[in-house]
Amino acid sequence: MTEVDPHAQADAAGSKAPETTPHHLIEHKTAPLDPAVGEVTAARPGSHAMAVVPGAVLAVGPSVRHRHEFMYFALRSKKLLVGGSVLLLFVLFAVFGPFFVHFSPFAMSATAASKPPSTQHWLGTTYFGEDVFAQLVYGTRSSFQVGLLGGGFAVILGMVIGFVAGYRGGLVDEALNLVTNVVICIPAIAVMLMVGSYLQGMSLLVEAGLIGLFAWPWAARAIRAQTFTLKSRDFVGLARLSGEGSGKIIAREIAPNMSSYLMLTFILLFGGAILTASFIDFVGLGPSATVTLGTMMNSSFFYNALQLHVWWWFIPPGAVIACIVGGLYLTNAGLDEVFNPKLRAL
Amino acid sequence: MRRYFARKIIVYIIAFIVAVTVDWGVPRIMPGNPIQEFLSKFQLQPAAAKYDYGYFFKAFGFNHPLWQQYLNYWQAIFHWNLGISMYYYPTPVTTVLSQHILYTLALMVPAIVLAYFVGNRLGAMAARRTLLDNSVLPSSYVVSGTPYQWMALMLAFLIGGVWRILPESGAFSFSEIPSWNWTFVWSLVDHWFLPFLSLFLIQVGGWAIGMRNLIIYELESDYAHWLQALGSPPRLVRRYAYRNAVLPQLSGLALALGTFLAGQIVTEIVFDYPGLGTVFFTAITNSDVFLMQGAFLLVIMGVLIANFVIDIVYVLVDPRTRVSMMGGEA
Repeated sequence: MTEVDPHAQADAAGSKAPETTPHHLIEHKTAPLDPAVGEVTAARPGSHAMAVVPGAVLAVGPSVRHRHEFMYFALRSKKLLVGGSVLLLFVLFAVFGPFFVHFSPFAMSATAASKPPSTQHWLGTTYFGEDVFAQLVYGTRSSFQVGLLGGGFAVILGMVIGFVAGYRGGLVDEALNLVTNVVICIPAIAVMLMVGSYLQGMSLLVEAGLIGLFAWPWAARAIRAQTFTLKSRDFVGLARLSGEGSGKIIAREIAPNMSSYLMLTFILLFGGAILTASFIDFVGLGPSATVTLGTMMNSSFFYNALQLHVWWWFIPPGAVIACIVGGLYLTNAGLDEVFNPKLRAL
Repeated sequence: MRRYFARKIIVYIIAFIVAVTVDWGVPRIMPGNPIQEFLSKFQLQPAAAKYDYGYFFKAFGFNHPLWQQYLNYWQAIFHWNLGISMYYYPTPVTTVLSQHILYTLALMVPAIVLAYFVGNRLGAMAARRTLLDNSVLPSSYVVSGTPYQWMALMLAFLIGGVWRILPESGAFSFSEIPSWNWTFVWSLVDHWFLPFLSLFLIQVGGWAIGMRNLIIYELESDYAHWLQALGSPPRLVRRYAYRNAVLPQLSGLALALGTFLAGQIVTEIVFDYPGLGTVFFTAITNSDVFLMQGAFLLVIMGVLIANFVIDIVYVLVDPRTRVSMMGGEA
């Protein structure tokens, strides 16, 4: 009975991964969950034990065969390969970039103002003579930080609310659903700009916290729907029978069975957080003490880089964001295909 | 069906109450003193400033207890009295907003609607068609990861600055006097095009990607296989798949409104387009509290109305809800 059809297995692992609509991640498709999901998991008595194994990464299961299968499809997904390598490139850039930086990102110089790229200043200098390359390196680092923190906050909030609402059901579910729907209706950017205008320069942490506070609703909705279907499966009933507490059941039985889904959700929230942070920074309400890609675009725009044709000042930061976020979306779509056979290109 | 709308409307009412409370509360909780900011503009003598401070403190109703201020705020909203803008002093906030809202709508509505339709068509075409799928979709991922302000900067720089094909800032040429003649209308269209294009380009990719995946799901479903087995032409099967796939896309539209709004604000700032985004920005940079509150309120109302419209369209598009509305069994 451990021999499950690998196709069905992969389907079980990832079916109903989110539609990879970047801006508008959608909860649809989650409600009528594929019967295959629970069917296969439930049909495998080992699943109760399996779920406890911490190594059940990506819900591919502990067996070597399934891991092979994951790699098999992962290496054949062009989206995953391209997206993943772009991401890796920029992670390396953020980690090792500072070794190649010879200027402080804030060091101004009157003699080297608005100079085009040269051997000394690889990406030229700003209107104030700051080194664009140095700013880009540190800006990329803060973009990753904001993305990780903001996406992390959002996914944690979404998980807590989604799991509790889906598992508890009833009045708790009704109340949490209401909160979720209300937060969805309130445009986050407007609140963030208003709060930001009073804070007058927030730290990266505050910015990430604000982003996380508003980005969770669709994730919570999707996780709730998944939890709802998973909780009626036999293995959850079994765990309940054996006297496990709700928290334990959610953490050990339900969450591992949708870990691939959770990962995809986090990737999308990560990308979304980077974009949102860039909006806040561009408006000029971002962190003042650190350089970010958004503040680079802000200062280049407001110091007339456009009119002065200082293109090396505003092109790199936006291009880096587009590559990172585009890479994240591509990775997400690639993983989606790996987990979910239905989406694989035929 | 009545239940469906009742639930939705309850959510919108609560969202509105929460939003108004936030709108009222943020300036009161946050550090900074709006009246002080306001008075600092006039550069008064200390004694006069102190006197005026007392006057404005009373005039703005800050001397009342908080609960009364809150109720007064609601009362003012229902009278559509949002105070007087400090930046555009002494123009009332409602006047400022009504002068700018048309620009935002003229930009936002066509961009969202056109991007939605074109993107959906594009995605439906790309699904299961290798050539399109390998060309349109990968670029869509990068484009939809592009920050709006950067797309706007690039278009303004290349098309407006370097090639000088279209103007890159404002809503009409400074040499024109607003009036209804052809040169002025042409100037409006001319200035409208780049910000529109910028918003449209970023949004279209997201819809294409979403639709492509949904169509693939639908083509794998039982009814599609059944139709194929019956020998229906692929075009017919696709048409059914499309009609099913549109529903989740429509609920996606409601979810995406917030992001589009953010894009709208930064795009307006880049092109110096005199819409609500620019007004909001002006209010923020000049700490014009009343204008900020008013713009926030208007934005919230706009988003809630848009949500409601999408709900109605959803009912019209989805035959199941339509049937159950007329008393049949879905």
